[in-house]
Amino acid sequence: MKASNAGAVDPNSAIFVSNLKKSYALLNAVNAISFEVKKGSCFGLLGPNGAGKTTTLEMLEGLIIPDSGFIEFPCLPKNKSIQQHIGIQFQETALQDFIRVEESLEMFADLYGSRNKIEELIQQCHLQDFLHQDTKKLSGGQRQRLLLALALIHDPEILFLDEPTTGLDPQSRRNFWNLIKSIKETGTTIVLTTHYMDEAEFLCDDIAIMDQGKIIARGSPEALLSEHFKGAVIRLPKTPEVLQHFNNNQRAKETELFIELFTDSIETEIKQLIQHNVSIDKIKIDNPNLDDLFLKLTGHELRS
Amino acid sequence: MQLKRFLAIFKARNHEFWRDRASLSWNLAFPLLLIFGFTFIFSGDGKSELKIGVVAQSLPKTLESIKYTDFILYQPNTYQKDEILKKVSHHQIDLLLDPASQFYWVNSTSPKGYLAEQLVVAKFPKAQSQTIEGRAINYVDWVIPGILGMNIMFSCLFGVGYVIVRYRKSGVLKRLKATPITSFEFVAAQIASRFIIVVTISSVIFLATWFLIDFAVLGSLLTLLIILCLGTLSLIALGLLIAARSSSEELTGGLLNFASWPMMFLSGVWFSLEGAPKTIVIMADFLPLTHLVQAARKVMTEGATLYEVQYHILLLIIMSVIFFIGAGVSFSWGKNR
Repeated sequence: MKASNAGAVDPNSAIFVSNLKKSYALLNAVNAISFEVKKGSCFGLLGPNGAGKTTTLEMLEGLIIPDSGFIEFPCLPKNKSIQQHIGIQFQETALQDFIRVEESLEMFADLYGSRNKIEELIQQCHLQDFLHQDTKKLSGGQRQRLLLALALIHDPEILFLDEPTTGLDPQSRRNFWNLIKSIKETGTTIVLTTHYMDEAEFLCDDIAIMDQGKIIARGSPEALLSEHFKGAVIRLPKTPEVLQHFNNNQRAKETELFIELFTDSIETEIKQLIQHNVSIDKIKIDNPNLDDLFLKLTGHELRS
Repeated sequence: MQLKRFLAIFKARNHEFWRDRASLSWNLAFPLLLIFGFTFIFSGDGKSELKIGVVAQSLPKTLESIKYTDFILYQPNTYQKDEILKKVSHHQIDLLLDPASQFYWVNSTSPKGYLAEQLVVAKFPKAQSQTIEGRAINYVDWVIPGILGMNIMFSCLFGVGYVIVRYRKSGVLKRLKATPITSFEFVAAQIASRFIIVVTISSVIFLATWFLIDFAVLGSLLTLLIILCLGTLSLIALGLLIAARSSSEELTGGLLNFASWPMMFLSGVWFSLEGAPKTIVIMADFLPLTHLVQAARKVMTEGATLYEVQYHILLLIIMSVIFFIGAGVSFSWGKNR
């Protein structure tokens, strides 16, 4: 990793990143970001497409060389290749054609020099039912579980997951989350990129929200939400009477489907709506989530 | 180089090839169709014109009146008698006449040699005959090493080149880069796998066509196998070198065509380079297919030994090493172009 000014590195950190930069032509993909990932934690990099999450992740994985900055893995031995200690699941991974699941596991195990973990991973990632199947014929959920098993085949200390549940159905996503939780319980440090807020809230101890190559918010999901929001969010359908009522109201925000109003007192707001004859039939009241936070911080939605 | 990592990739690539039934069938069917097609087209006796070699500076007047005969002049001071006699033995020339010494050489098993002999004896009644034996080498015998060589070339260049580009484009290489495998291990595994595939398939095609067509194989099969192995290695390494960096199938296809088309025409696949301009001959010398085809042809049609084709063997080894190192050094796991 490129060294500039390391500063003080906590030996209990799994990853220490300082002032990391990467540009492509005129685009600043990653613009001087710094963060630390605690050993054994699940760290989430959140942001819309093009925010710089994958570039950051691939610099950590050693696949992209940073323009400048400093990356260190204090918990890993210095004398060995980093590839022996990290497991990677890419956003899009292709495997060789005409290869069966069990052959993929054996091939990757041999690339790392040991087949000891294969049996355990077959159980842990629930691969038993399709072990003899061609990898090209797996369902989305089966495929992601196989790719996760391949990432864990050498028992890595740090696991990088790049949008691991994109494209999965809700049930498969939920199963995958439980799987990641069980891996986390073994003490493996996990770095995850996602643009699913519920995924980050369910899995991550610590998150960094990225936009345009920069980290714009950092902390645990709970801490970030309590820092930026008090109370609840009221969502009203965009009917003509609602739009008229909130016209020029600085507190209300218009989204694609709703008019949103953040408030400390739900009761007061509803009373006012009734007083002004605004229908509350289809009103929705939620606690603010990370999507709301992102919208508040950047002015655009997280999945854009 | 770690053997375990090398074998892991080697095995995966073999599975990929042998399980792809459609591709495997085509790999077998295409060269067979080509060879049988050519055999059918050129199965006739060829030109009916007689070919008589004459060792003289100019054609003797007594022969000038003979019609429908192609006289080939060999200069008395410079001609290589053994080479010309080989042509007589393989029916490539029907008779060789030396008017000065009143000797002629004819193949006793050649019908056209018999006719040529009648003509020569009529004009030179005192000429003494020397009989040579040997089976006829016709165009089919001559062209088969070329067709097999060409098939090997396409199988090596495109079989390796496109696979690497597909791997790079689809992200297979990116995933492998994230493991401890080195580029040399990966490149070596690709070469080894393709080598086994091409040598096996080419051997099967060779034996099947030899059994069915009975073309000339005058030299040793072991020598042929060595030439096949070295030619295959050099062409695979060239394919890898071409595909070492690109992730564009169009660009790689263009580069592979750029390498294969000159070889098709300059390496002596379809016609001999004898008498071609010197520049063309020099250019052809830089092409691995030239040495594969010429060495195989010498062994098959002239019965040459390994020693007699050492020049071609040496150049194939040198080219294989250069291309392999070039591919290993310039190999890129990511998407470059």
